Amino acid sequence: MPTRPEKVYFFGTCLIDLCYPQAGMAGIELLQRQGIQVVYPQSQSCCGQPAYNSGFPDEARKVARQQLKAFAKDYPIIIPSGSCGGMLKHHYPKLFADQPEAAEARRFADRVFEWSEFLVKALDLKLEDRGPPTKVTWHSSCSALREMKVIEYAKSLLRQLQNVELIELQRERECCGFGGSFSVKQADISSAMVADKVADIEQTGAAAVLSGDYGCLMHIGGALKHRNSPIPAKHVAEFLLERTQ
Amino acid sequence: MTEIAVDFPKNFKKALGDGQLRRNLRAAMDTLGLRRRTLFSDPELFEQLRARGDAIRQRALRQLPELLERLEQKCTENGIQVHWAETPADANAVFLEIIQRHHATRVIKGKSMVSEEVHLNHFLHERGIEALETDLGEYIIQLEHETPSHIIVPAIHKNRDQIAKLFHEKIPNTPYTEVVEELNAIARQVLREKFFAGEIGVSGVNFAVAETGTLCLVENEGNGRMCTTAPPVHIAIMGIEKVVERLEDVPPLLRLLTGSATGQLITTYFNMISSPRKPGEKDGPKEVHLILLDNGRSKIWADPELRHTLKCIRCGTCLNHCPVYTRLGGHAYGYVYPGPIGSILTPQIEGLKNAGAMATASTFCGACEEVCPVKIPITDILRRLRTESYDKDETPNSVKEHGYKSNATENMTWKGWAFSNATPWINAVSAKLLGLVGPQLPKLPAVGIVKQWSQSRALPSFATKSLHVLAKEKGIADE
Repeated sequence: MPTRPEKVYFFGTCLIDLCYPQAGMAGIELLQRQGIQVVYPQSQSCCGQPAYNSGFPDEARKVARQQLKAFAKDYPIIIPSGSCGGMLKHHYPKLFADQPEAAEARRFADRVFEWSEFLVKALDLKLEDRGPPTKVTWHSSCSALREMKVIEYAKSLLRQLQNVELIELQRERECCGFGGSFSVKQADISSAMVADKVADIEQTGAAAVLSGDYGCLMHIGGALKHRNSPIPAKHVAEFLLERTQ
Repeated sequence: MTEIAVDFPKNFKKALGDGQLRRNLRAAMDTLGLRRRTLFSDPELFEQLRARGDAIRQRALRQLPELLERLEQKCTENGIQVHWAETPADANAVFLEIIQRHHATRVIKGKSMVSEEVHLNHFLHERGIEALETDLGEYIIQLEHETPSHIIVPAIHKNRDQIAKLFHEKIPNTPYTEVVEELNAIARQVLREKFFAGEIGVSGVNFAVAETGTLCLVENEGNGRMCTTAPPVHIAIMGIEKVVERLEDVPPLLRLLTGSATGQLITTYFNMISSPRKPGEKDGPKEVHLILLDNGRSKIWADPELRHTLKCIRCGTCLNHCPVYTRLGGHAYGYVYPGPIGSILTPQIEGLKNAGAMATASTFCGACEEVCPVKIPITDILRRLRTESYDKDETPNSVKEHGYKSNATENMTWKGWAFSNATPWINAVSAKLLGLVGPQLPKLPAVGIVKQWSQSRALPSFATKSLHVLAKEKGIADE
């Protein structure tokens, strides 16, 4: 990982782009605050994972090719999602393995870094907490945990906040049941899984649940809202910005 | 396996609604998971060990045809009679021929998933032959006329109270007791008599060593040893993938198997069967047979990606760590092999039309891969099966009934999605449109995927200004 590069690309992810842009802006702002020039290619879109995991690799490749083009320069690509990050970093090389872009996809993958990992490893980010005392809990997305292996970075940032108590879930390593199309194709199983996740979150007594992935947050947040729980589900970037402004 | 299409949605709903089942499963899976973690407490050592396990299994599969021939030759030299079965029907015919030749009617069985795969018990029952399961878990579910719900712990869906009730009702003159030791003693008493009366013993095989012609059998109750030594005839059945090259390949695999399955350093019994009773020996079967079952495995083997499926050593730890299996149990999957391994193996054997839906019962959370002792890329294979479900193009390695799901609606949807996401101006326009209709969405009638989502989750709303727009407004560079 490059130490303090001058410029970085920001890959917003389609979910943040369309539904949760404030999380993307928070991610960008925290990078800028460190003196990093952020480039947001307007020609970016989705990483292609929805099609890739649903059984449509050709369509996924078509969309992935657009991202190779949009992020063509040699800047690090910072992404506020373990799931979409995993797609770019670990699956693009497989998706393009027998394509003319094979080498390009591998080089692209090498430039991809999950947002919290980049803040800690490349920028050694130091945070000063300016918020009132609060308790939060953390949901590890499966891809951030197992594919990108970046959970400790986000948590280490949270632990820098003096007035924030991080209460861990009993089953932190268990999937929330989102799984993209799984959440609607296997809605019954998915609902059973998220019900357990929500119960786990509620037993912590935390004022908010944080994560580094909006797929899970949309799912968990949606389930909390469905049962009229006051606990918000928030991206860690938004939370860190709020606390340090 | 079964010819009847499994009604997955109905099965899943039923399992999810069974509170007792879910409590039993959760408790059992937690215990098994904890035991495994305790044994493999050093992640680095575990990675080394499983890299070795993976290498052993890959080396065996690379030379599978040669190793099977060597196994046959060595077994034959040792006096074990080898039979090849391409289909379950072929395997059952071999069983029947041997049983009838000995005029036998009483078969005692050690635990074997391959015998479940060929539905041996049902086949024999229809021909008036009693096949008694002697593994405690298998015995319990046989009393209940059920099939195994887990590949290692077949009665894991039941708790102690349910077993107490079952024994009291199904075994004559059995007083009700919930004391585990007493329940064990009851089963032991019934089974002891059956062991002595058994005319044919049936077992599975955990590893077959090509170098020496040795059949290895892992078990905890001693019933496997009884089944393979007490009756005059022993018939072992294995899938062709269970062969390993050398004797020295066994210890690391055994360590991985028992550690992953039950968190044991080693099982109470480990049997190495190398021949029938030799002249002058006082015990052991007079005949030993080995049935090598293909049942679609050669086809799986032919594809370099799918071949990884065959590395499996059937430890069942992927089931124990699967958040989906933990909530459903094995019966809901409707086939012999449930959970993550079942979801990649079954559709390849049975075909995608009936079993392909199993590949959709995963969030790709990767918990299974994290613990797999032979590093099977389970999510990649699940994804491959999803792709094959839509892919009508025939290749030599296409999975049976590929393309069964192909339909104009989904094809068009994904094509449209790809076009929009690969064309920046269309993407910008659609983001804007979604921003406009977004706030109205919750007011629309819930149908299709919106309805599925809404059963337990509030709908997200599209932002009026996308991140693209906000970034532009804030002057974030676009290069």
